[in-house]
Amino acid sequence: MNKKQKKWLRRILLALAIFFAIAGLDESGMLERVFGEPGALYANFALYLIPYLIAGHDVLLKAWRNVRRGAAFDESFLMAVATIGAFGMVFFPEAEPHMAEGAAVMLFYQVGELFQSYAVGKSRKSIAAMMDIAPDYANIERDGELVEVDPDEVQVGDIIVVKPGERVPIDGIVIDGASQLDTAALTGESIPRHVETGGEVISGCINMTGVLRIRTTKLFGASTVSRILELVENASEKKARTESFITRFARIYTPIVTLSALAIAIAPPLLGMGSWADWILRGLTFLVVSCPCALVISVPLSFFGGIGGASRLGILVKGSNYLEALAEVDTVVFDKTGTLTSGTFAVVGVHPQSGIEAGQLLGVAAHAEVFSDHPIALSVKEAYLDSSTGAHALDDRGDPAIVQARVANANEESGRGVTATVDGRAVLVGNDKLMTAHGIDCPNCELTGTILHVAIDGTYAGHIVIADTVKDDAAQAIADLHAAGVKRCIMLTGDHEEVARAVASEVGLDEYHAQLLPGDKVEQVERILESTHGNLAFVGDGINDAPVLTRSDVGIAMGAMGSDAAIEAADVVLMDDRPSKIASSIRIARKTMRIAHQNIVFAIGVKLLILALAAAGIANMWLAVFGDVGVAVIAILNAMRAMNVKGL
Amino acid sequence: MRKVFKLDEIDCAVCAGKLEDAIKKLDGVQGAKVNFLTQKLTLEAADEDFDAVLEAVVKLTADIEPDCEILR
Repeated sequence: MNKKQKKWLRRILLALAIFFAIAGLDESGMLERVFGEPGALYANFALYLIPYLIAGHDVLLKAWRNVRRGAAFDESFLMAVATIGAFGMVFFPEAEPHMAEGAAVMLFYQVGELFQSYAVGKSRKSIAAMMDIAPDYANIERDGELVEVDPDEVQVGDIIVVKPGERVPIDGIVIDGASQLDTAALTGESIPRHVETGGEVISGCINMTGVLRIRTTKLFGASTVSRILELVENASEKKARTESFITRFARIYTPIVTLSALAIAIAPPLLGMGSWADWILRGLTFLVVSCPCALVISVPLSFFGGIGGASRLGILVKGSNYLEALAEVDTVVFDKTGTLTSGTFAVVGVHPQSGIEAGQLLGVAAHAEVFSDHPIALSVKEAYLDSSTGAHALDDRGDPAIVQARVANANEESGRGVTATVDGRAVLVGNDKLMTAHGIDCPNCELTGTILHVAIDGTYAGHIVIADTVKDDAAQAIADLHAAGVKRCIMLTGDHEEVARAVASEVGLDEYHAQLLPGDKVEQVERILESTHGNLAFVGDGINDAPVLTRSDVGIAMGAMGSDAAIEAADVVLMDDRPSKIASSIRIARKTMRIAHQNIVFAIGVKLLILALAAAGIANMWLAVFGDVGVAVIAILNAMRAMNVKGL
Repeated sequence: MRKVFKLDEIDCAVCAGKLEDAIKKLDGVQGAKVNFLTQKLTLEAADEDFDAVLEAVVKLTADIEPDCEILR
């Protein structure tokens, strides 16, 4: 509790004590003995005014100020009218006195308001703690000494020092040192990341083991951590339909209820349907319930909690509206490369002809490709260097190493492969076109991927299969999506039919569309959009897919650590490249929507019920105060659940 | 120029909305946002009369929400 709330609490407690003292006095019949009838009534009236004013003078003051400015119809105005009205019932001698009720309602209202303020403060604090990834300072070296400065003052190219246990304040490149980085606050990933000299580090990570000297590549304001915070904070400004509905509802609800209260207080007694006192009291009760605060606070709070909770898992949702859209996703379209597959090529099979070893085949191919930096060539060389066979070329053995001197006459044939002389023997490495061009027969392979044939001295020696590797959790991600109620998972790719089919069946996709040109993807997504009932989410790696990201209902970019383009184009940004986060984000969205809807139904339902009971003369003012602040507090507590994303 | 200010003691979402609407109507204010949850006021006004506008905003806030303080 802050200072103001403590003062508030003391005031309420004092008023409560006085209230109960007076109530006891009233019950004991002392007042009647001293003042007689009707003097006791007025004594009572004056006495109850004391706790009433102690507890509610600020409410009355605020109401008065608002009336003077001509801006009535706020909560304090309604409370003031209702409680003053209750006290005013003393002027209807035939009715029961309601002073005690008037004072009690004001007290109860203040207790509720205090609790509400406390709950809001608490949720603000937990949101702030959740987003506590902003560093307070940066260490900069000046005259050989470390000085702590405001991260805002650090220029691009400055050298900052991050000690173990400190947060990296600004994006940059390590120029000295090696360490493990805890990226959990950014990605939700618990396995630390290793960095060393030359590696990129992003702000917001916690340095765990070694001292790092970092040359900054961005200003603090443009660094990852600042961008994330800005994104999450501004997310509440992009309102969901549900939120706009609440705003509109609140705008018409209060005036309607206030006018109805007036009508209830005046019309029936004018028509001779009962006493003025009775109907005015019903009208006043109406007024108490008319504040829409429970909705106006709890619904945006639910969304904010959901967005904050998601960001803790490394899922950045750029607005409440996207969270809402995400909850209704029933079709997820993947751009294969970078989402389901890692986007890096790797050797997945080496199939030598008889008489030659797999390691030798790889060695020959790696040497022939020595001057090529094509991704396929790189993957062959990498596989060879990683291989344990250690067969260099054709003859000798040892640790795998590529020796340029063994290679002569290397020549690249564009779109086909390479020809070279390795250890004096003519080697061809390439696709079937290269083989056919040189009159060599080559077989088909049962594996899918890019097939690299190798021929030595005009004789077929075998082939190497290279494919984009499917991510470890891709199959799990698709299973999770189906379990979360997503009907169709579709993959789009520019790759060959066979490659697409293999990936699709491996990860369990419902559909795939292969051999698409980049421009075809938008068209394809539009066609899929026509046949979906719910929302369509498109998942890309943020590279070259901005048009599709915009065209779909929800654009999700993956692996966005540090990529500005992806953060710009997408509606939802996954900080790491794990596809299983997509199902998590849908589950978070659904939970948030559920909570928001619960709050709406609960708050409106209770209020309408109390209104009906009040009109019928059954509900008293106590119940009405519960309908106002009680409901608000319950709705706020419910909204805070949205922040909890554990196990989603 | 756009500046963000911390708001102290803004306790009710309806009040925040009202404050925002009122600030937007002030002369010289190009844009204003009151974020109830993050307790922040984003104010946009021309560079040359930003201070004057801010002064007016502070006065207006004191008038509408006496509890709420703009921290500068």
